[in-house]
Amino acid sequence: MSVGTNKEVLAEIASRPGRDTVLSGAIKVMFITLSLLFLGALLFAPLLTVFAMAFEKGVEMYFASFHDSDTLAAIRLTLTVAAIVVPVNTVFGIAAAWALAKFEFKGKSVLITLIDLPIAVSPVISGLIYVLLFGAQGWFGLWLQEHDISIIYALPGIVLATMFVTFPYVARELIPLMQQLGNDEEEAAITLGAGGLMTFFYVTLPKIRWGLVYGVILCNARAMGEFGAVSVVSGHIRGMTTTMPLHVEILYNEYNFVSAFAVASLLTLLAVVTLVIKTLVEWRTGYRRNK
Amino acid sequence: MNMRVPSILPGFGVTLGFSTFFLSAIVLIPLAALIAKTGTMGWSEFVDVLLDPRALASYRLSFGASLLAATLNSVFGFVIAWTLVRYEFPGRKFIDALIDMPFALPTAVSGIALTAVFAENGWIGQYLAPFGIKVAYTWIGIVIALTLIGLPFVVRSVQPALQEVQRDLEDAAETLGAGRFYVFRRIIFPAVMPALLTGFTMAFARAIGEYGSVIFIAGNLPMKTEITPLLIVIKLEQFDYAGAAALGFIMLVMSFVMLLSINLLQAWGRRRHVAAGR
Repeated sequence: MSVGTNKEVLAEIASRPGRDTVLSGAIKVMFITLSLLFLGALLFAPLLTVFAMAFEKGVEMYFASFHDSDTLAAIRLTLTVAAIVVPVNTVFGIAAAWALAKFEFKGKSVLITLIDLPIAVSPVISGLIYVLLFGAQGWFGLWLQEHDISIIYALPGIVLATMFVTFPYVARELIPLMQQLGNDEEEAAITLGAGGLMTFFYVTLPKIRWGLVYGVILCNARAMGEFGAVSVVSGHIRGMTTTMPLHVEILYNEYNFVSAFAVASLLTLLAVVTLVIKTLVEWRTGYRRNK
Repeated sequence: MNMRVPSILPGFGVTLGFSTFFLSAIVLIPLAALIAKTGTMGWSEFVDVLLDPRALASYRLSFGASLLAATLNSVFGFVIAWTLVRYEFPGRKFIDALIDMPFALPTAVSGIALTAVFAENGWIGQYLAPFGIKVAYTWIGIVIALTLIGLPFVVRSVQPALQEVQRDLEDAAETLGAGRFYVFRRIIFPAVMPALLTGFTMAFARAIGEYGSVIFIAGNLPMKTEITPLLIVIKLEQFDYAGAAALGFIMLVMSFVMLLSINLLQAWGRRRHVAAGR
């Protein structure tokens, strides 16, 4: 067996696993380029377009878009809906996580699957089911009309549809997290004489707070941005039952692009803030939601 | 028969009672109303709605575009997950955080923004127009919107699986003389495949039901660029509740099948994980 020249030995070393070869270098460049091109076309370009279109006629026109009573009403409605939906779903999420993560009982996995159901259902169906229940020709339609209660084409319908869509977000963050953390500390607290609520607020809550923040901000982002479900139940009464995403649609269909993209830019900022908080939580805790 | 394992922790009855009540009120009873409404239709009426040519065209479009989008997502999602896990480059963390953007961004915003980008005078559309490629207001636009919506599912599913592939296993294989492609085919791909399939199914399930981002870019021509969820909305606007319920019922069945497949795929992935001795 002949010993190779220095050059050959170096080439041989370079081809060993873990070493950079010309091929692996080329693949690396190719993969990074491909990723950036794909994300650039589908993600960066649309995000930048939102702001480019919103500021197309200048900064003044951008801010003038918000001096409109219908736009302000839409912003108010979106905030109102989120202010109702997010706390309710948070309380539900905590209760469900306590029951499902702290106890072993029959039918548990069925319940977890049912809680996740709204994520798999089309947003249009999320709205449709409430129209079938409460709409003019729905199951309770006549009764509601006789008692002069409006749910569909009014705030309660929008709240219900949004609640359905964002229903699982807090629960599905907390259930795996609380399961993973175990019951030992809670059991110790109870044994030492703490009550149930005290145990929750002083023992459990500090442990799960980042998971809770995570779930709540995702729930909030979905609640404020929901389009399909709300569109079905809202009736699109301008200045009355249009949330921000629906108002974007109305302005866009009226070819009022500056205003449409101006409102869209607010929603984009909401998404950016959500992602920033989410990323900070991840960096802080090394925790990533397991989808 | 004891329905639960005893525990000294309090609050089981209250929390379980509250959450099942709330789950029933918000999710289960309304969904049951959809099924009940479909049940009030005669069989022939039901079949007429489902097999209406316009409905059939919408299934073909929704199904085909979602399948294509989920496939594109699997390819590019894998490339992006690989890039984020295996390579170090400036801006990696920034891009990693941005992957979840389609989750956080309201669908109406992605809809109008994609339409603006891919319109004939848009940033990208203007370069495609000379080649005769029209994206906005055609089925291609629908595929692009669905691809954007589904992307995080594949990346976030594949990423952890790729992180857990044992690098020493790859090194050992290469030391024993395996080529890079062989290592990829026999070690990396089998380890990642369940996650990739799960991501594919999730992206597909999401795409089938998607509404907001599609309707702006689709053009919404009956028989041509009209997705099934839009057809439901149109039927509702005409106060055809039964027709809307029938189509909704079919989509609900699809969702159940998807959910079941995802659960089975995840269980399969976990079993493979355990079988690999980890």
